[in-house]
Amino acid sequence: MKSEGEFVNQPDNTAFTQQRLPAWQPMLSAGIVIPLFTLIGLAFIGIGVALFITSQNIKVQELDYTGTATSSPCFQCSGLSIQNCTCERNFSLSELFEGPVFFYYGLSNYYQNYRQYGVSKDDYQLSGDTTYFLKPQSYCSPYQYSNNKPIVPCGSIANSMFNDTFRLYLLVNGSRKQVPFDGKGIAWWTDYNIKYRNPSPVNGSFAAAFDGTTKPVNWQKSAYELDPTDQANNGFLNQDFLVWMRRAALPNFRKLYGRITGGDYSQGLPAGNYTLQISYNYPVLSFGGTKKVVFSNVSWMGGKNQFLGIAYLVIGSLCVVMAIVMLIVYAKYKFPDNDDA
Amino acid sequence: MTWTSWCCWTKWRDSSESERKLVSNLPYEGLKPKNQPNRRYAGNAIKTTKYSFWSFIPMNLYEQFHRWANLYFVGIAVLNFVPAVNAFQPQVALIPICIILSLTAIKDAWEDFRRYQSDRQLNGMTCLIYSRSQRSFVERRWKDVRVGDFVRVLSNEIIPADILLLHTSDPNGVCHMETANLDGETNLKQRKVVPGFSSTNSSFEPLNFSSIVVCEKPNDDLNHFNGFLEEDRRKTGFGIENLLLRGCTVRNTADASGIVVYAGHETKSMLNNNRLRYKRSKLEKKMNTEVLFCVLLLICMCLIVAVGHAIWLQTFSSVPIYFVPNSDGTFTSAVLSGVFMFLTMIILLQVMIPISLYLSIELVKMGQVFFITQDADLYDEEKDTRVQCRALNITEDLGQIQYIFSDKTGTLTENKMVFRRCTIMGTEFPHEENAMRLAFLAGEMDTDEEVIYQQNRRPPLFSLEEAQDGPEGANAHLPGHSSLHGSRVTAGAPSSRAFSSPLETEVIPDHTLVQLMEEEEAKPYLDFFLAMAICNTVVVSTETARRQRANERRNSSISWSPLECLEVLFGRGTCFQRLSMSLTRNRGSLSEPIHMDPTDSPVYDVPTFSGSVQGPDEGVNSPSNCRATTGRVQAGSSSVAPEEVCYEAQSPDEAALVHAAKAYGFTLLERTPDHVTVRLPSGKVLEFKVLDVLSFDSIRRRMSIIVRHPRSKEIIMYTKGADSGIMERLQNTFEDRRRVKSQSRDVAIKTQTDLDMYAKDGLRTLCFAKKVVSEQAYMAWQVKRQEAMSAISKKEELLMDTADDMENNLTLLGATGIEDRLQENVPETIQALREAGIQVWVLTGDKLETAVNIAYSCKLLDQRDLVFTFNMENKGACKTMLNGILQELLRNGSLESEASIGLVIDGRSLSMLLDDDLQMQFVQLCTRCRSVLCCRATPLQKSRVVTLLRRRLKVMTLAIGDGANDVNMIQAADVGVGISGQEGMQAVMASDFAISRFKHLKKLLLVHGHWCYTRLANMIIYFFYKNAYVNLLFWYQFFCGFSGTAMIDYWFMIFFNLIFTSSPPIMFGIMDREVSAYMLLQLPELYKRGQHAGGYRRSTFWIAILDAFYQSLVCFFVPYWTYAGSDIDIFTLGIPMNTVSLFTIILHLAIEIKSWTVVHWVIMVGSVIVYFVVSLVFSALCVSCNPPSDPYWLVQEQVADPMFYLVCILTTVVALLPRYTLHALRGTLVPSDHLKARQKDQLPPHHRDRWLREYRSLKELCASFPSMSSSTVPQDTTQSPSTPTAPLSSSTRVQN
Repeated sequence: MKSEGEFVNQPDNTAFTQQRLPAWQPMLSAGIVIPLFTLIGLAFIGIGVALFITSQNIKVQELDYTGTATSSPCFQCSGLSIQNCTCERNFSLSELFEGPVFFYYGLSNYYQNYRQYGVSKDDYQLSGDTTYFLKPQSYCSPYQYSNNKPIVPCGSIANSMFNDTFRLYLLVNGSRKQVPFDGKGIAWWTDYNIKYRNPSPVNGSFAAAFDGTTKPVNWQKSAYELDPTDQANNGFLNQDFLVWMRRAALPNFRKLYGRITGGDYSQGLPAGNYTLQISYNYPVLSFGGTKKVVFSNVSWMGGKNQFLGIAYLVIGSLCVVMAIVMLIVYAKYKFPDNDDA
Repeated sequence: MTWTSWCCWTKWRDSSESERKLVSNLPYEGLKPKNQPNRRYAGNAIKTTKYSFWSFIPMNLYEQFHRWANLYFVGIAVLNFVPAVNAFQPQVALIPICIILSLTAIKDAWEDFRRYQSDRQLNGMTCLIYSRSQRSFVERRWKDVRVGDFVRVLSNEIIPADILLLHTSDPNGVCHMETANLDGETNLKQRKVVPGFSSTNSSFEPLNFSSIVVCEKPNDDLNHFNGFLEEDRRKTGFGIENLLLRGCTVRNTADASGIVVYAGHETKSMLNNNRLRYKRSKLEKKMNTEVLFCVLLLICMCLIVAVGHAIWLQTFSSVPIYFVPNSDGTFTSAVLSGVFMFLTMIILLQVMIPISLYLSIELVKMGQVFFITQDADLYDEEKDTRVQCRALNITEDLGQIQYIFSDKTGTLTENKMVFRRCTIMGTEFPHEENAMRLAFLAGEMDTDEEVIYQQNRRPPLFSLEEAQDGPEGANAHLPGHSSLHGSRVTAGAPSSRAFSSPLETEVIPDHTLVQLMEEEEAKPYLDFFLAMAICNTVVVSTETARRQRANERRNSSISWSPLECLEVLFGRGTCFQRLSMSLTRNRGSLSEPIHMDPTDSPVYDVPTFSGSVQGPDEGVNSPSNCRATTGRVQAGSSSVAPEEVCYEAQSPDEAALVHAAKAYGFTLLERTPDHVTVRLPSGKVLEFKVLDVLSFDSIRRRMSIIVRHPRSKEIIMYTKGADSGIMERLQNTFEDRRRVKSQSRDVAIKTQTDLDMYAKDGLRTLCFAKKVVSEQAYMAWQVKRQEAMSAISKKEELLMDTADDMENNLTLLGATGIEDRLQENVPETIQALREAGIQVWVLTGDKLETAVNIAYSCKLLDQRDLVFTFNMENKGACKTMLNGILQELLRNGSLESEASIGLVIDGRSLSMLLDDDLQMQFVQLCTRCRSVLCCRATPLQKSRVVTLLRRRLKVMTLAIGDGANDVNMIQAADVGVGISGQEGMQAVMASDFAISRFKHLKKLLLVHGHWCYTRLANMIIYFFYKNAYVNLLFWYQFFCGFSGTAMIDYWFMIFFNLIFTSSPPIMFGIMDREVSAYMLLQLPELYKRGQHAGGYRRSTFWIAILDAFYQSLVCFFVPYWTYAGSDIDIFTLGIPMNTVSLFTIILHLAIEIKSWTVVHWVIMVGSVIVYFVVSLVFSALCVSCNPPSDPYWLVQEQVADPMFYLVCILTTVVALLPRYTLHALRGTLVPSDHLKARQKDQLPPHHRDRWLREYRSLKELCASFPSMSSSTVPQDTTQSPSTPTAPLSSSTRVQN
């Protein structure tokens, strides 16, 4: 070994400093990619078929109830002026709609992802911090104060909360039998348990916690009385509110309203005629949107989605085709190494 | 006294515009600072730091904000504070700029702290200052030294300030100093006490110093200093030879004292201390236009969104419920919203402009520089130097060189001068024995050219052969050893500048000449050798000084570690040689821990010739002589004979001459400013009194020494110089034939023919002449000379004029031919560089014949070449010839491909060709020439040539040289390479890269240049591509009403650039290896791609950007269609998009990476792992920390969903499929040369080498039949950047 101080400047002769680290040098050429393409192609086709079949098995029933067409039963409700309008839509299922059935409401052309809209909320308020009840953050502006009273929950998102309600009836022998929606557990677990918190009751009264505040402008009821049937489903922990607050990514979206799981319907919706009673409150004509409801059952891959299966099939096939092309190329040009032979 | 001097002082202040006046501080000792006369001059404390503790933050920020890149960041951040525009929470948007600023600040602070530390160390060093109160020199710190102080410097101490030398312990009033710290020159420089000042031996008493020192204002010229001492109206001039420079070390002199004239930052060394050079590389310049394209692209995208937003707003007839009115309930108009949106989008898409690219490039270049300097192949054992990268930011320019301008002496040649022949009084003495000996040595060196690691092949062969010669031979191998050890021992130790081994310095006297000298004690011979011995500036240094220095590194042992040897064993074929060599060396070093003892040292000649040496001349083989030559080698050994001498020459040829004179018995024993002592062959010692020395300059091209002969008391001038400098000054010039004495004319003519012959042999010639000066003439001249000496203005001119006055009517004594050997592997290097498509030009100051000869021997010119020589007297002829050649070339268009054209240009013709009217044609001609050789070129011409070609042809130029005369050229070229050679360090100081041998250029360019270029080009392209991933956000705008919403959390975006995707490209830029070093060296053709900027074209950039657009489309739309119509929320949609872009970006790089080492795997896999870990942790911790977005538990949700993985896999595959397929197809259908080289490289070594051999022979075949060759490089460098014709493909074609 070199002695100390002799060649002070001599570089270390290591594989690293001399850039001689053992290296794997893949070289892309037709010969190498053929097996890869084949493998990917076959795997994708497999996945694609599985996805496609799964997706095919998912049933979806959509009903538009915007009421723009005069023939539509909700036509008279779609006008702006009418309050507390109710309309009904009938539909029939020819066979069992296997459960669990998810019931969604859907909006189109609704930009929940509009930037100014998305900012317009106060997270501290929503996490139950009462100091922000009386003094909401400026993000909420202009839905910060109403008549000099702070709005709780403030902001545009809360203010624009969807407020149509639905009842589903199964027509059994000419009489209506309500199909119950299970509205519990439709929000994210983390939203319900961690992110959003109700203020602690004041003097045992939940409503008193909201003293000195006012409800959002567009709301008919205060936050603490959203669900009269279930005291726990009120305030910021109201499931529909939570679902609404989780802003949709795209302008055409649906949001979960409830599941049909209870009682006789645990197997799903039996074949028959149904009536959907809609309490029509939410105006959509202002932005040229539509409203619909969706019945759907789900699988491991979520809701019905043809795209992914088809895409996998297409790409898989493309890879196989590519492999064949490569094979031809390979056969024609050979691997350049063979030149030496 | 005080009052008067105060008066004087005020008067000085008015008149001291161009001069500095100072007086001794001693009378004022203890006075308040304002009463100090020299108080206006800077003190000796130095401060090189930029910042102080308190000013760091404001000043650093101020500096940083001067960069436009940082301003961009700040602009974006400020924009984000405007409520109407902001895209993110304002505070969060400050993060990127804060990170960039603080990183840079930390780097700056660290650098500044190191400077501070070194300053403190320097300022705290101690020195001796005279104190009046104590009447002696007392110890003080450097920073306390003031102008006007008296300082004493002891031997081997560093000089604290610029000191005017007033006294030394040397009886002759000289002091030696080593300027290695200053300019790297390691020879000793002699300094003298100011003339007439205290030449007596009496001790120096500063209190008696009452003169006024008048000198120039501080300047940075290390070689000039003028001034005078004024006392009682008597002026004594002094110059640079009286100035001790700060930072130098006193040697050989027990102590030296003087008055400080410049201190601290005003010293010459500090004024010379300029920072690292900053050059902008070609690639970076080009890249900047691409950055502009990115800006344009960004603006386009923002415009699209802005217009889209305005239109979108107008599609609504009434106000939708999700519109948020202003606080007053109104809505901003569509147009204004559009304008705001434009700004918002700039914030959102800011990453599109890759600002962090600049930081990354700096990091990458640091890494590249690290690897270049670490290269063991570029390490020179002899000098213990690595390659130095002095300019840190043009590494990739090394990969694009098109023209190399090389100096000859010291660059192509060793600049280790060997005396070869001489001609005395018209008789030529060929020194054949000496030639044979040298040839023998050279033969040892030049065998086995195929070996790649040539540095060490001389010793093994030598020792192996010699070892077979029995006991005598065993002894005889020692010279080889001693040469190695000798050079090793002195490596770094400055002594052996001129010669690396005694073998080379030794001269065997010519048989006939010795006999002639014996027979007739002829005067001309005596004069000739006397001139050789004394007409120089060689300093004879004593052993004591040398010992001190050599001690530092005398422990020499084996240089090759066993490990290295093993590596070689497995790696390359030459292992046996190196193994055996290391063994022999090992043995040698065991038996002789340091080196051989001088007393048993054999004759330094190869045994076969020793017989002829045992001639009558005792001077040659006398033990003392032997010892004298080895004296340098055995420095440090205890048995030092008193008469041992070492020569310290400022130029190697002087040393060669002195050694040659010694071989004939004329030994230079001592040189002081006043006298020169020479021992004659008879053993008599002559002491010449030196009356004057007319030092060498490049205009006169000669130097003279005027001495008084001790016996005859005659005043004799010996002159030495270039033939042109001497011949015109001879007593009887050729023009003046009638009055010429026939004998001296014959001598001159014969000498001239001999000189021509020497030049043809590539020898450097020097003529010697003599003149006897009459007493009166000398006295008259002396007066003029004195005047010139004390002049301040125009001193140089005056001195030169007086020298010219003296140097005439010379009598020619003879001439010498000195060989300057080619450095090892110069021809191979030049050939390889040329194969790499680089045009090699040689610009030299040498004579035409010498230069042409060297050009042939280093394969710059080939015998088959068509060589045009421009050696014209007038411009007309020049023009005619130029046009003639050009026309011929134009007419015969194919001529250039059939015979390669060489151009030889004389200095005078060169200046005519460089004139404006001929420039264009000249350049035109140059582009068609295979090689160009310019002789007799001045430094200025050299740089003009470089500048001309650089400007006119827009080519990348590299200039390489070793001497001060190459500095201009080195600075003019795009890349300046300095060779740390025999001629000091000026070239290195001016250079961007410093290497120690010419052959290192090959690896530096072909391997490191290529790598750096390819790596950086790929890295930059990749960086542009990577940053275009923000297009995801752009596509999203089409689905959120062009409202500037980001579906990816802002923190994720920051992390994305800062953590997840930052290290892979940097690693890629530092470590990727397209083709192995071995193949790059074997196939220089691979270099050509860089020359035509093949690695980084505009098309490459656009392809990368298009690919980025395509990939971002895929990364957006696959998740989009998957989740369309579902209940997915914004940020949940963002997570898969973010993830797939990460996968895509990482895998895209994986496709581009050419060789995967452990580091690659760790960083690539690590980046993905870090992504998931950081994302999971972040989204688990951040409940509502970044209000508009809420990443809480998003990633966890997604990771638990099988759909997420299905989307990721599909998207990544779709995104990368085109690029992957394209690469695969290209690899098969049209593989690039580089790809083929990689394929060959993966073959087993013997297959690979066979292929290389076949390829090379095929290439030669092609070259000999140019018509069938498709591989000749088009000589026209102005060509379009079309792909250079691929020699590799041509070869395979022929093979098929």
